[in-house]
Amino acid sequence: MENKNDVIEIRNLNKWYGDFHVLKDINLNVKKGEIIVVAGPSGSGKSTLIRCINYLEQFQEGKIVVNDIELSEDVKKIKAVREDVAMVFQHFNLFPHLTIVDNLTLAPIWVKNTPKKEAIATAMEYLERVGIADQAKKYPNQLSGGQQQRVAIARSLCKNPSIMLFDEPTSALDPEMISEVLDVMIELAQEHRTMVCVTHEMGFAKKVADRVIFMEAGQIIEENTPEEFFENPQSDRLKLFLSQILSH
Amino acid sequence: MAVYKKVETREAPSGSKGILHWLRDNLFSSPLNSAMTVLGIALLLWVIPPFIKWSIIDANFVGHTRADCTGDGACWIFVRAKLSMFMYGFYPEAERWRVNLVYLLFFVVIAAFKFLKSNGFKITIATLYFIVAFILIRGGYFGLPEIDTNKWGGLMLTIVISAVGIVGSFPIGILFAFGRASSLPIIRSVSVTYIEFIRGVPLITILFMSSVILPLFFPEGVTFDKLLRALIGITFFQAAYIAEIIRGGLQAIPKGQYEAADAVGLSYWQKMLLVILPQALKVAIPNLVGSFIALFQDTTLVLIIGLFDLLAMVQLTGSDSHWLGFETEGYVFVTIIFWVFCYSMSVYSKSLEKRFNTNLK
Repeated sequence: MENKNDVIEIRNLNKWYGDFHVLKDINLNVKKGEIIVVAGPSGSGKSTLIRCINYLEQFQEGKIVVNDIELSEDVKKIKAVREDVAMVFQHFNLFPHLTIVDNLTLAPIWVKNTPKKEAIATAMEYLERVGIADQAKKYPNQLSGGQQQRVAIARSLCKNPSIMLFDEPTSALDPEMISEVLDVMIELAQEHRTMVCVTHEMGFAKKVADRVIFMEAGQIIEENTPEEFFENPQSDRLKLFLSQILSH
Repeated sequence: MAVYKKVETREAPSGSKGILHWLRDNLFSSPLNSAMTVLGIALLLWVIPPFIKWSIIDANFVGHTRADCTGDGACWIFVRAKLSMFMYGFYPEAERWRVNLVYLLFFVVIAAFKFLKSNGFKITIATLYFIVAFILIRGGYFGLPEIDTNKWGGLMLTIVISAVGIVGSFPIGILFAFGRASSLPIIRSVSVTYIEFIRGVPLITILFMSSVILPLFFPEGVTFDKLLRALIGITFFQAAYIAEIIRGGLQAIPKGQYEAADAVGLSYWQKMLLVILPQALKVAIPNLVGSFIALFQDTTLVLIIGLFDLLAMVQLTGSDSHWLGFETEGYVFVTIIFWVFCYSMSVYSKSLEKRFNTNLK
């Protein structure tokens, strides 16, 4: 990596879905402990971008280096990157056939060979932190959306990742459940974990982000501190976007 | 604060309950429906009383030879006289306790499963059961005389074939289903070719191939047990169908499940076996059991390669010169046995679905 403090480095990233050019020449560096919010209209490629970081999406051109590991088709490298990068999805993606606690202990037990007792203890600790320890024996479908998303965050924390990716974590939630999830995310942000969040929650961005990135049609159009981003937008496209999402 | 009182569900209005209402709703809702109902009742009246008369009222239950069958009805003495043939075929009488012990052990294992929590234990015990069952039935070890497979027959053979077919085809089917869903072109095309080839061929053809054509390719003097060949044929036949059923289950699993499993760091096999397969199987249970029931019935086809399963045993005993003309009783008896087995599987399938239902609200 060019800069020692960078944990994620994205260089000239290009990706196509068939003929559709989703990501156009993306360059992005993320420093250790930095909190980045990625905003933009739907279809702008923001989800695709962060899904490239843990190689859920393959890309055709450019390079991504995470924790000094350059991503490629090499399974070992992908595994090494994923060990330290957690992801929270829009639709939670909890495993519906497992209880809440089993959802959390599955990966530690099978991937890291953690003894079962220890894994359960860790899982309960994280469930406690997100405030759902009392639901540990239930199945995901018995929980509300907000609770499920908090479980999903607890699950992603179980491997104690240094980087966390959030892919629109509140978009599928009922309005009154958004804050309970955001509260957990704000708490995490204060722990100096590196976070990259794709979200439309501009309040969250103002509060915790170190940098806000605006994407449109597969390109990064603007990149700034939250103050500048909201108070002093440069491009017309961002001005329009902000006026649309902040007007009501 | 307002106090709310629970309101009990009201009873249905008198016009919409009771037998009369049920009859009107279900049997006489339209002129056509009424006609069908009357026709149906007439049909039942035409068929059932004579059957009861034949099978119970006029039937003969007591006696030992066909001379004791004096009435006009069914001669159940035939079934009683040949019962051991129906159950064990030509398996030597002195050794039949071994088969019975295997049946008994089956229920012991099922009971043990109720108390075992660890899946590893269950798999170990099930594997052990199959090894013990094999040793007991075939013999040749621990001083048990070896019973040649051409002596196996009747219900016991039917159960052996279907059990091996079901247990053997299941893992193979899963592998082919994974193969067909694989992103590696070679594995995918091998799986597709296999599945489509097998599904394009009737089971009878595969049984003929395995018993008549296959030996032609063996070098002189090499013989392969006929039952073993049939078992292999049936297992690989069934595997193709299982693969397609499981593929259906796999397609019902949202992409997010694969992504979540990848994101938490599971390897391909961990992802497939711990996250995807359990959910896919749950979806596939009704079709899987349906396919196993069909297999149980299809085992009767082994008759054509000279194996005497339950159905074939009726044909054989019916041509016994002392008991000519009593096949009907034999077939009715066999029908009941087949129904009991198939219906049990169907009931078990329902209980499995219930047990694995985690969409509780």
